[in-house]
Amino acid sequence: MNIRNMNLQSVKTLYLAEMARSLRTVLQSIVSPVISTSLYFVVFGAAIGTRISEVEGVSYGAFIVPGLIMLMLLTQSVSNASFGIFFPRFSGTIYEVLSAPMSYVEVVLGYVGAAATKSLILGAIVLVTARLFVPYSIQHPFMMVLFLVLTAVTFSLLGFIIGIWADGFEKLQLVPLLVITPLTFLGGTFYSIDMLPPFWQAVTLANPVVYLVSGFRWSFYGISDVSPWVSLAMILLFLGVALAVVAWIFRTGYRLKP
Amino acid sequence: MIRVEGLSKTFADGFQALKDIDLTIRRGEIFALLGPNGAGKTTLISVICGLVNASQGRVLVDGHDNVLDYRAARQRIGLVPQELTNEAFVTVWDTVSFSRGLFGKPKDPAHIEKVLRALTLWEKRHNRLLELSGGMKRRVLIAKALAHEPDVLFLDEPTAGVDVELRREMWEVVRGLRDQGVTIILTTHYIEEAEEMADRIGVIRNGEIVLVENTHALMQQLGSKELTLHLHEALERIPPALSGHALTLAEEGHALVYTYDATSQQDGTGISGLLADLEAVGLQVKDLHTRQSSLEDIFVSLVREHR
Repeated sequence: MNIRNMNLQSVKTLYLAEMARSLRTVLQSIVSPVISTSLYFVVFGAAIGTRISEVEGVSYGAFIVPGLIMLMLLTQSVSNASFGIFFPRFSGTIYEVLSAPMSYVEVVLGYVGAAATKSLILGAIVLVTARLFVPYSIQHPFMMVLFLVLTAVTFSLLGFIIGIWADGFEKLQLVPLLVITPLTFLGGTFYSIDMLPPFWQAVTLANPVVYLVSGFRWSFYGISDVSPWVSLAMILLFLGVALAVVAWIFRTGYRLKP
Repeated sequence: MIRVEGLSKTFADGFQALKDIDLTIRRGEIFALLGPNGAGKTTLISVICGLVNASQGRVLVDGHDNVLDYRAARQRIGLVPQELTNEAFVTVWDTVSFSRGLFGKPKDPAHIEKVLRALTLWEKRHNRLLELSGGMKRRVLIAKALAHEPDVLFLDEPTAGVDVELRREMWEVVRGLRDQGVTIILTTHYIEEAEEMADRIGVIRNGEIVLVENTHALMQQLGSKELTLHLHEALERIPPALSGHALTLAEEGHALVYTYDATSQQDGTGISGLLADLEAVGLQVKDLHTRQSSLEDIFVSLVREHR
């Protein structure tokens, strides 16, 4: 695929239409995640956090900022992207995208690009909101942005896969509810895995979200549960797996093209 | 304009929807794909439009293979699906503009305006789709399909579930498009519709193209006519003097049925000769009527033939 051969007009149209869809539901798309994240700060940061001593030299309120952004980024990426592709499949309007002169890469760029953009915007909003509650610093801004972007793209791809796999609204909710949320809560969002007994530390290392949160937190405070390079490698690994699955979906036409 | 060569489609569950279809659609014509529900009409156009993968065979759109050269092929095609699928919350203008962009064409408000005016949607351009009636929604789908200036328009059951008045209106729309040079392929199970609209008709049944013929020629070829003569007095048998005519007795001898081919022009179709002979034999005709077999009859007999 050569960038000059790409049908950029189509990609842009699909991308902007997806973005416009979330603007129509601005309350649901933007306001509700901001409110729920603010509640976390109030409860965990302000109320409980004042009773908790510093974690590795960082105040508890500041410690949970990267984790909360990650939590929001993961759930929003998955739900945006899964809904974005599921709804046209459900309503039938997908026919237009499938009959358009677009390559698979372009379709994915449009849908996943829009979903990732949305969750990045939300991430930025939460980052700013957090500043109202706790002071924090960012030691490695470039790495922070890199972690954000890679995570948003990877989990938007995962959402895209879920949106294609799901054959009803129940399944659409199932994966985020049963997999993403528990993994995020148990992935060191609200604690350092050093706080766990050794056995559970080992178990936790099997949780992919640990690497995301740890790397992201490192870019803020320079503290991490695992090496940031391991985190980066893991994200790239997830990204590769997600891309491979999406490529397989389009090659076989799975649930899109009989 | 479109060539379908040896096209077969077997779905994952083993159902063979299309069997070795060969079909050529000419530029500028209205082609009706006629067949009962489940015959494979939608599957065939879905394969041509790239919504369904073919199991075998290939499709050329204006010379471009629709798989190997899908961009060029799909650029030329506009598809109006059977179901009224619309995003409810966007405006007419936005959804039609979206379709144009999706097909890779730069913005052209003048063209969108032309399309909307042609489909009498201009007044509704700022309305959201959920505010529109069913007929308007279908016209929006047509507008979307025309937004990128395709050469070929596929209409899948354009008048399914549409009332009579709206159906006439839809036919007018389709004719207007043809006059603008758009090649049109429509599927229908209404014979009347195919007869009324199409230049050529392809009959599809159980995934096979049974026949492709000019609508007019099809009517002529298979369109035999019947003249029924109701007699004053019943006959027991056909008088020998009339044996030269293709007559059968009907209604217990109260009627004579004369079957003839309205298109063979010889001898005033033989009717005048028959009438003269009737006169000579002294038979009194009470009433007479003629009947031309409709496409419906043709269709039924075709389907029966291939059963």
